[in-house]
Amino acid sequence: MSMGGILILAEHRDGELRPVTHELIAAAQGVRRSVGDRVTVAIVGAQAERFVRAVSVEGVDQVLTMASPQTEFDTDVAEAALAAAMSDIEPALILLGHTVDSMSYAAAFATRHGTGFATDVFRLDFDGGELVATRGGYGQKVNVELDFPGRRTVVLCLRTGTFKPDLKPADPAVRSLTASWPPARARFGPFIAPCATDDVDVSAVDFILSVGRGVGEEDNIGQFRELATLVGATLGCSRPIADSGWLPKSRQVGQSGKTAVSCKLYIAMGISGAIQHLAGMKHVETVIAVNTDSNASIFSVAKYGIVGDMFEIAAELRKQFA
Amino acid sequence: MKILVPVKRVAALEDDFQIFADGRDVDPECLNYDLNEWDSFALEQAVLIKEAASTDVQVVAVTVGPEPCDEILRACLAKGADRALRVWDDSMLGSDPIAIARVLAAVAGRQAPQLVLTGAQSSDHGHATTGIALSAALDWPHVAVVAGLKYAAGDARATATRELEAGLLQDVELVLPAVLTIQLGINKPRYASLRAIKQAAAKPIEVLALSDLGLAASVVGEAGSASRVRRMVIPEKGRAQMIEGTVQQKAQRLAQIIREYKAA
Repeated sequence: MSMGGILILAEHRDGELRPVTHELIAAAQGVRRSVGDRVTVAIVGAQAERFVRAVSVEGVDQVLTMASPQTEFDTDVAEAALAAAMSDIEPALILLGHTVDSMSYAAAFATRHGTGFATDVFRLDFDGGELVATRGGYGQKVNVELDFPGRRTVVLCLRTGTFKPDLKPADPAVRSLTASWPPARARFGPFIAPCATDDVDVSAVDFILSVGRGVGEEDNIGQFRELATLVGATLGCSRPIADSGWLPKSRQVGQSGKTAVSCKLYIAMGISGAIQHLAGMKHVETVIAVNTDSNASIFSVAKYGIVGDMFEIAAELRKQFA
Repeated sequence: MKILVPVKRVAALEDDFQIFADGRDVDPECLNYDLNEWDSFALEQAVLIKEAASTDVQVVAVTVGPEPCDEILRACLAKGADRALRVWDDSMLGSDPIAIARVLAAVAGRQAPQLVLTGAQSSDHGHATTGIALSAALDWPHVAVVAGLKYAAGDARATATRELEAGLLQDVELVLPAVLTIQLGINKPRYASLRAIKQAAAKPIEVLALSDLGLAASVVGEAGSASRVRRMVIPEKGRAQMIEGTVQQKAQRLAQIIREYKAA
């Protein structure tokens, strides 16, 4: 591997630095000494310098601003910027978030430049001088350890919400870097906020009873809506339920739906625990999971687990509150 | 006009599973296979475009994998694909998504589709890599995690709606040919009728080897991959404290936790 340190591409959207950027800076600290002990954060965009202060935190040695024609993310521009920053820094490790923006270009970058590559990585180690990245496999039921033999540079997209940022302000060196921008092949439109379609906002409530695929069919939703009311909870759901149109999108908990920010008690019924769902609720203090599969990954974030049929448990619970 | 739909046979673990003797994968005896859920949405989108078209549209499903993967290709044929291709060679063992994408790019180069639609990720390993790596190998424009698509067969451009975090959406207009990776919920994938399943069973599956695609063994397998599986381990069980007993006892404990929370 190169000894040129670690390169991080800052992620920003709609004028805000995305929190994943600080998580990447935090992740870099654990492995920096093995790869040249230098962390560089590159910022791309027409107003790149706007984010310099936000990324100027302890653990960052250098900030690169790269003025591109576009203010917001563009796949080809991000790829070109990363290529320019890589040839400038010659990093051993490039850290990106496992986010929708990165999903749009990181694999293309790795393919074109012959770097090592892995996504949704939640642990980074060096073992005998070799980089080892750990990610989930088979629906998160196993941990898969990857290495990257013979690669000078490795690009890793790290799972969001995993590495805890430390935000003490600092004063890293700042310089600008120019890149040649590719002709635009795609036109990115404005951001469209999801439309508010329902009376509730699951990010604002403290007690959620969520149903997943285990509910089986639309006709079964009603009894869980009643159960939620009976126990004083707000009914939430996982993605497949909202995609099927059985409940509005505003009740969907997860990466592409709502994060249960205010929730203190979360009952997950018939939810296996896809990583995108866990992203929206794994922080909740008390999670109780009810699932027929004792290996369901929801049990890995739950405080209490019940292996059982959600309908049978619901029927008994109803009696308890009758 | 062709639409190419790369699909994957995904593996789900049975309740009891173990790591294989070499420590680098699970025992294949413990796996159940299916068509990747995300790919079924990509296939449906291709079939919807075909059904709405006034010109001739051919939907070509392709997978990279050994013979048992024919099963998912037959499922694609039953759900509306016109042709099915399978590429395999034992040298592909150990291929990561980037090596797989290189093989798919060679297929796309020969099929010359106007559009490649594939799942945004797979349900087993969730790399979210293959489609976008494929776009780079082809040097085509691309959009990832597409939750809406405005495109009619014959159009020179398409508008894909990408789904960002927290449900935020963004339209991206791009010139074709292009690669789009499809998100769940973009449509409602159909079930195959019994008649279609029977017909699909009789349809041919075209099988290609690496040499048919002009690829060397060195660009696939571990040699052609951007990562290598060092080992797989079963993680320590989560911290959930399991509530045991009869259904009634479990529900009583659940009710108690709810009451304690509400009283606090």
